[in-house]
Amino acid sequence: MKHIVIIGGGIAGIETASALTDAGHWVTLIEKDAQIGGKLNNWSNLFPNFTPVEKITDELKEKCRRKDFSILTNTEVNSVLRNKDKFSINTSDNQQLEADAIVVATGYELFDARRKEEYGYKIYDHVITSADLEQLFKSGEKLTVAAGKIPKRIAFVHCVGSRDEKSGNHYCSKVCCITGVKQAIELKKHLPDAEIFCFYMDLRMYGKHFEELYREAQEKYDIQFIRGRLSEASEKIDKSLLIKAEDTLSGRPLKMNVDLLVLLIGMEAGKGTAAAATSCSIGCEESGFLQTADSFLQSNISMQDGIFLAGSCTAPMTVNDTVLHARSAAQEVNNYLQKTR
Amino acid sequence: MKKEGKIQVWQDYQKEIADDHYFYVRSCIRQNFFPGSEQTFLKILRKELGKDIYENPHHTSCSGIGYHSDIVPFDTIQTIVARQFALMTEAGYQNIAVSCITSFGIYNEIIETWKEYPAELEKVRNFLKKATGREFEVPQNVAHASDIVYKFREDIATHGKFRLINHKTGKPLKVVEHIGCHYSKMFPCKGVGGAEFPYVLAGMIEAWGGEVIDYPERRHCCGFGFRQYLIMSNRGYSVSNSRKKFESMEPYKPDFIVSNCPGCPMFLDRWQYVIEEMEGKTFGPDGQGIPVLTYEEMAGLVLGYNPWDMGMQMHQTNVEPLLDKMGIQYDPELKYANKEGKQIGHPTMVRCGC
Repeated sequence: MKHIVIIGGGIAGIETASALTDAGHWVTLIEKDAQIGGKLNNWSNLFPNFTPVEKITDELKEKCRRKDFSILTNTEVNSVLRNKDKFSINTSDNQQLEADAIVVATGYELFDARRKEEYGYKIYDHVITSADLEQLFKSGEKLTVAAGKIPKRIAFVHCVGSRDEKSGNHYCSKVCCITGVKQAIELKKHLPDAEIFCFYMDLRMYGKHFEELYREAQEKYDIQFIRGRLSEASEKIDKSLLIKAEDTLSGRPLKMNVDLLVLLIGMEAGKGTAAAATSCSIGCEESGFLQTADSFLQSNISMQDGIFLAGSCTAPMTVNDTVLHARSAAQEVNNYLQKTR
Repeated sequence: MKKEGKIQVWQDYQKEIADDHYFYVRSCIRQNFFPGSEQTFLKILRKELGKDIYENPHHTSCSGIGYHSDIVPFDTIQTIVARQFALMTEAGYQNIAVSCITSFGIYNEIIETWKEYPAELEKVRNFLKKATGREFEVPQNVAHASDIVYKFREDIATHGKFRLINHKTGKPLKVVEHIGCHYSKMFPCKGVGGAEFPYVLAGMIEAWGGEVIDYPERRHCCGFGFRQYLIMSNRGYSVSNSRKKFESMEPYKPDFIVSNCPGCPMFLDRWQYVIEEMEGKTFGPDGQGIPVLTYEEMAGLVLGYNPWDMGMQMHQTNVEPLLDKMGIQYDPELKYANKEGKQIGHPTMVRCGC
C-alpha cells in the first residue's frame, strides 16, 4: 500500500485525502491548527445561494470519520527529504513519516487589512473586515455601532489587498466581489432600513448565479454600487466614519458619512505556503502562490516529481473550485503512483 | 479610536536619526513667516542638548517651490542640491538636518533617484564640477529638523519648565498636529510614523503632556499647495482648504495647532484672520482664533523661552490665550518692542482674536 502525506487540513486537504483513500491508498493528513476544516470554520454562509457553511464542513468532517486516514493536528512539517522515489518527512513533534508522494494543500491567508493604513482598520472603532462580519453573522450577535445604535448607513470597500500595487498584490482574489454582494444582501436582510453602498473598481461576476445575485442586490435590496476606490477613511467625533472616494462614472469626488465600513479583504499565499515551498523545494510565483507545471493541463503538478498541489495554495479559489482542484490532485497522485509501482 | 492600532503603525515606521554633528540647511521662507523658529531650534540643540550643528551662510534655496511649480527643471534642482551637499562635505559633515519640509522631500526624492538611476548621480557630479569646481558626498543621514526634536523629546521634557497642560484645570492641552505633505506622503518610510498616522509631532505632544486630537480632515492639505497660493486666481481654493480643516477640528475644541512645515503654519495662521474678515467666523472660544505654532516654538515654550524672543508676535492669530493656559508669564507691553525695549509699532490689521 502506498503512503501519501498531505500538508494542510482544509477543504483541499480533506477532499484529496478522501479521494486517495477511496482509491486504496494510505493517507496521513497534517494540519497545523487544532481542528481541520481551515478558514471555512470561520465563515457563516456561502455565496451565491447562502448555503450554511456547516453543510459543507459537516460533510467534510463526516468524510474524515468514515474514511480510514490518519490526521495529525497541531502539527507542522519541519523538513522534507527525498530519497529516490520516497520522501522522509520530519514533523514539529519529531515524527518521521515515510511517503511515496506528497500533496501540498496549505491554502491561503487573509490579507491583513492593517496594511491599508488609510482605512484605519484596528484603529477606528467601526471599520471591520469581511471575515469579522462573517464571525458576527455566525455568532448571531446584534450588529451595533457607537452607543449601541443600529447602523443606518454602511459601506463596503472591494479589492482591499487585491489588484493593488501598494499592497504588493497585483492579482485578483476572485471571491471578494461576490462575497461583498452576498454580505450586503445579508446585512440588508438584518437591517432593512439601512442604506448600503459598495465601492468597487469593477465587479467580476464570473461564476454560476453570481451575476443574478448582483442584479438581485440592486433590484430587490436597493444596494448602491459606486465605481470608485476609497482614498481614505477618518473617524468623526461621534465615531461615525467620513469616507472619501472618486465616483469614476460621474467623474466627481465623493465624501460620505457611514456608521460602519466593511473591508472586503483578499487572499494571500501566506506563511504556511511559503514554508511548504521551502521544505518541499518547489517554486513560488511572484504572487507568492505555488508554481504549477502548467496552467492548463498540469495545475496540480509541482516543479518536483512526486509532490502535488491542491487548492488555493496555487491561486485564489472559491470553495467549488477548491473541491474540484483537490479531486483532480488525487487523480494525478493516483496516476503517478501507478506509474512508479 | 484605538491607540494600540496607531502604536503598531508607528512601530512599523521608525527611521534612523543621527545623534549629533548636523549640517543645517534653512528654509527660504520660514525666516519671514516665523522668524524666530530656526534660531530657537539652533539654541535648543546647542544650549540645551549640547549638540554640534553647523550652518554655512553660502547655502541657497533648494529651489523646491520653483521645481514644484514647473519653473525649475529637474537637472537644475539636482545640481543645486548637489551644491548644498558639497558645502556639507567641505565642512566635514555627513548628516544633513533640513528645516523645510519641501526641501526634505526634495533631498529624499533626489537621493532616491540617484540610488535608482546611478547615471543621474554621475551626470550631476559632472554638472557641479563644471559649474563650480566642487565635489560632494551623498549624506549618510537625512533628517528633518522635527525628527531631531522628536528624537530628543524626552531630554527636552527633562529640561522643560512648562508642560502642555492647562495650569488652571490640570488637564492636558488638546493639540492638533499638522504634518507637511512632503514630510512622508511621498516616502512614508522617511517619516517617523509613516504617512497615514505620522508620529513625529504626536510624539512631542505626548512627551510634553498634551493630548493629540485626531479629526476627520487631519490628512487634508493646509491649503498652500504651491499652485493654489502662488497663482493669485487660485487663492480662494487655498483658503477654502484651510477652512475645511478648521471646521473639521472645531468640535474637538483644540487649544492650539502645531506644524512642522514652513507653509502650513503660515496658512493655518493667516487664513484664520482672512476668514474672520470675510465671514466674521472664528474657530476658537469667545471669538478667538486657534493659535498656530511651529514645533520649535512649542518646544521653546516648554523650555520656558520668552515668546516674544521667539517671534511669536508675528502670528496673525494671537497666542496669548495659549500662554495663559500654560501659565507662561509675559509682558504684553513688550510684544511689539525691539531688543532695546523701544516700541516698533503695532500691526494695523490685527483685530480681536485673530
